[in-house]
Amino acid sequence: MSINATLIGQMITFALLVWFTMEYIWPPLFDSLEERKKKIADGLAAAEKGQEQIILAEKKAIGVIKDAKVQSSEIVTLAQKRANEIVEESKDTAKKEGERLLLAAKAQIEQEMQQAKEGLRQQVADLALTAAEQILNAEIDKTKHQDIITKVSNQLS
Amino acid sequence: MSTEAHAAEGATGYIIHHLTPLHFGEGFWTLHLDTLFFSAVLGGLFVWFFKTAADKATAGVPGLVQNFAEMLIEFVDTQVKDSFHGHNKLIAPLALTIFCWVFLWNFMDLFPVDIFPLIGSLMGLEYLRVVPSTDLNATFAMSISVFFLIIFYSIKIKGAWGFAKELMFQPFGPWLLPFNLLLKLVEEIAKPISLALRLFGNLYAGELIFILIALLPWYLQPVLSFPWAIFHILIITLQAFIFMVLTIVYLSMAHEDH
Repeated sequence: MSINATLIGQMITFALLVWFTMEYIWPPLFDSLEERKKKIADGLAAAEKGQEQIILAEKKAIGVIKDAKVQSSEIVTLAQKRANEIVEESKDTAKKEGERLLLAAKAQIEQEMQQAKEGLRQQVADLALTAAEQILNAEIDKTKHQDIITKVSNQLS
Repeated sequence: MSTEAHAAEGATGYIIHHLTPLHFGEGFWTLHLDTLFFSAVLGGLFVWFFKTAADKATAGVPGLVQNFAEMLIEFVDTQVKDSFHGHNKLIAPLALTIFCWVFLWNFMDLFPVDIFPLIGSLMGLEYLRVVPSTDLNATFAMSISVFFLIIFYSIKIKGAWGFAKELMFQPFGPWLLPFNLLLKLVEEIAKPISLALRLFGNLYAGELIFILIALLPWYLQPVLSFPWAIFHILIITLQAFIFMVLTIVYLSMAHEDH
């Protein structure tokens, strides 16, 4: 159990070990620990930031979608209105066209009827004249109409 | 250990043989070669392991070695931060060295008591005591180094006069100066002695019990040495931890200016 020179040897070894640890072991390991701590903290902060941004983006997206919905419904309404208008317009146009066509047809019919009437009248007159001529040809007889001729001659004289 | 002790036969001879260091030289200039050798090898092991980790240290994903080294570093750093409030870049590496080195010393206790002496005897060594912490020289070397550091930092932080004042005027004021001085000197000197003797006593007793168990019939040995070894896993870690924490506390006290 004696204390002897071993003590001095052990103290030298101890001093060397402590020196070596202080110089070459503790600093790099401790620094890497600190650096990792910082890295992790940064990473966590970045993740949090990212999450916040996601929330913001989601809100923004919801707003955009809402706007788009409103706009699209407006567009649909407008389009429907316009379609209605177009249908109305075409109906009007068709009606007018129809009326115009009807009128034209009527006028043509009138004209043709007039023409036919004219033709008929002409033919009737011709027929009457022919008939009258034939009657006249058949009826004229000097004996029979002597009285009339005489009377006329009398008057002339 | 007396030189005639190994001549004794039987159980006493066996025990004494196991507790006698491999020595060289006479009187004060005796060297315990086994203590010096094993503590140097264990110190080298500690330094090599941590240097490997330190060389590969990255802030990225740590490897297995780095992970383990960092675990110990964090553990020691927590202890230092809890007890020590000054700024001194020596304290934490000192604490780490003490913890690991003492733990490795003590760990030698868990090897079967006859293995190393047997190997030693094959190599022609008469004695071999492999647990450095069962050598008072080893434990005192460490505690006296710590004691020197306590004195050094006391004077550095408080100044020679400040330290002297603390020794003379505390805790009972200037009127009881001699009594204060006596009390303080005892307090200071008790620090290295208690540090060294606590570690030595625990490990010496533990080793002694392992040796006693080794004397029993073979069928009884596992029944006793197994629970004792498990218990000792706790003891060796605890002793290393106590040595480290008390060193931190003592140095922290040295840094406190009243």
